[in-house]
Amino acid sequence: MSAVIEEVKQPILNEETKKVLISPLVNNNPITLQVLGICSALAVTSKMSTSLIMALALTLVTAFSSAAISAIRNHIPGSIRIIVQMTIIASLVIVVDQLLKAVAYDVSKQLSVFVGLIITNCIVMGRAEAYAMKNPPLESFMDGIGNGAGYSLILVTVAFFREILGSGKLLGMEVLKLTKDGGWYDPNGLMLLPPSAFFIIGLIIWGVRQYKPEQRETQDFKIMSISHGEGGGHH
Amino acid sequence: MPNQTKQCKHLDKIVAKLEQYPQYHKAKAYAEKVLALGNDSLEKTIAVAVSLCLVCAVLVSFAAVALKPLQVSNKELDMKKNILDVAGLLEEGKDINAAFAEKIEAKLVNLETGDYVTDMNADQYDQRKAAKDPALSVLIPKDKDIAHIRFKAKVAKVFLVKEGGNIKSIILPINGYGLWSTLYGFLSVEADGQTVQSINFYDQAETPGLGGEVVNPNWRALWKGKKIYAESAQHGFDKGEVGNASIGDAALHLIKGTVDTSKPESAYEVDGLAGATLTSAGVTNLVRYWTGKEGFELYLNKVRTGKGVKS
Repeated sequence: MSAVIEEVKQPILNEETKKVLISPLVNNNPITLQVLGICSALAVTSKMSTSLIMALALTLVTAFSSAAISAIRNHIPGSIRIIVQMTIIASLVIVVDQLLKAVAYDVSKQLSVFVGLIITNCIVMGRAEAYAMKNPPLESFMDGIGNGAGYSLILVTVAFFREILGSGKLLGMEVLKLTKDGGWYDPNGLMLLPPSAFFIIGLIIWGVRQYKPEQRETQDFKIMSISHGEGGGHH
Repeated sequence: MPNQTKQCKHLDKIVAKLEQYPQYHKAKAYAEKVLALGNDSLEKTIAVAVSLCLVCAVLVSFAAVALKPLQVSNKELDMKKNILDVAGLLEEGKDINAAFAEKIEAKLVNLETGDYVTDMNADQYDQRKAAKDPALSVLIPKDKDIAHIRFKAKVAKVFLVKEGGNIKSIILPINGYGLWSTLYGFLSVEADGQTVQSINFYDQAETPGLGGEVVNPNWRALWKGKKIYAESAQHGFDKGEVGNASIGDAALHLIKGTVDTSKPESAYEVDGLAGATLTSAGVTNLVRYWTGKEGFELYLNKVRTGKGVKS
């Protein structure tokens, strides 16, 4: 999805915008590297359709809030910086929520509180604080799109596994015929519960860091080996 | 772009008009002064906070007000769809509004007497809102509040499904607490006031795949033909949360596992939801509550005995 956007826009993008668009996909992914926005990634990924809408909503909110914050960044007083960001983000989220209720009622019912919880999504705040406060609006907008796309990529991947293994469907269409409908597939109930997203995200992080070892974090502390310690005899 | 120049012209016009007023120049001068101030000065902090709030408030209220009609009609349409669905009248591609207007009539029932209320407009009445209004609701005594809803509206909104002038079935609003959420739904009862036609829950947030299976059509189909009130005392309601129901009491409930249809009590039993003990108990409780003395028992009694519901 995001690859298409890049191709179309490539000629008019300079190096910086290209970087902020592409790097959040894998190299600097908000979920797998920065480990932000996990809570909604657990909550809405039991179905593909809700994940897609959530991904779209978050991408739009991140992009527009980053652009808006960046536009007034030189006039934001440091003492109320965070609350200014929150106000802008919250207003946009309410607008998105109202829009969803007006045009996609069924989906908004399924997403229920999670659209509102975009306000507290760490990715939106994180990008506002880390990027939009220091960079011009267009780049900040692209940075929001890029990070939203990185989030979306993980969300859709997780939802793909959860929906297909948990209910044998994809976007509501039957893929694996379930035993209760006379088929062969016995669905994995764990996949429908939020903790399963932890396992899948964990596996994705492990996979990405296996492929890109530079993403591995250095250990904060070295674990002491007890076998050489004073008290650690052989039992 | 011609459009843009047009807009610019409009803007110029507005600015030219504004410039006639001294207040505009004052405001402009003040804005320039504030913007030139250091970011951390008190005056600028307050000015930024106030203007940001103003802009955001306008944006949010504009969105809320402009989209309200669409949202309301969406909600109404969704509700009508749910009612048609539980009445078994929902057909793909058919106009929901037309089908609803043709077959379904909303009526208000006084839960205390079981009679119809005529001095209120049934179409305008919102039972969920009324349940939250102290003037229109009653606090349910704790020992009777098996559905854990705390308040109930004094007047309930039921829907009569008509076919050729006769009442074919009655749709009752039900709600109660499950595991995570209050479930809202409809129970459709045939004109005998005893046989269940269908059930559906339109608002719930139970665990998807477990308790959330209350919306599964296969499970919902199990309710068809079940009986609400005990017809004979011999049925051994010794299992589950129901206890011993005597004749005439609400007896319909969910059991653990699958219903054994060879037993006589199976008419009052529905399969529990696998892996969702608490949601199943919640559904049993809310169905018993709403079909019981606190709920629609009096009303259904009047319907069943043919004594006629006073209106």
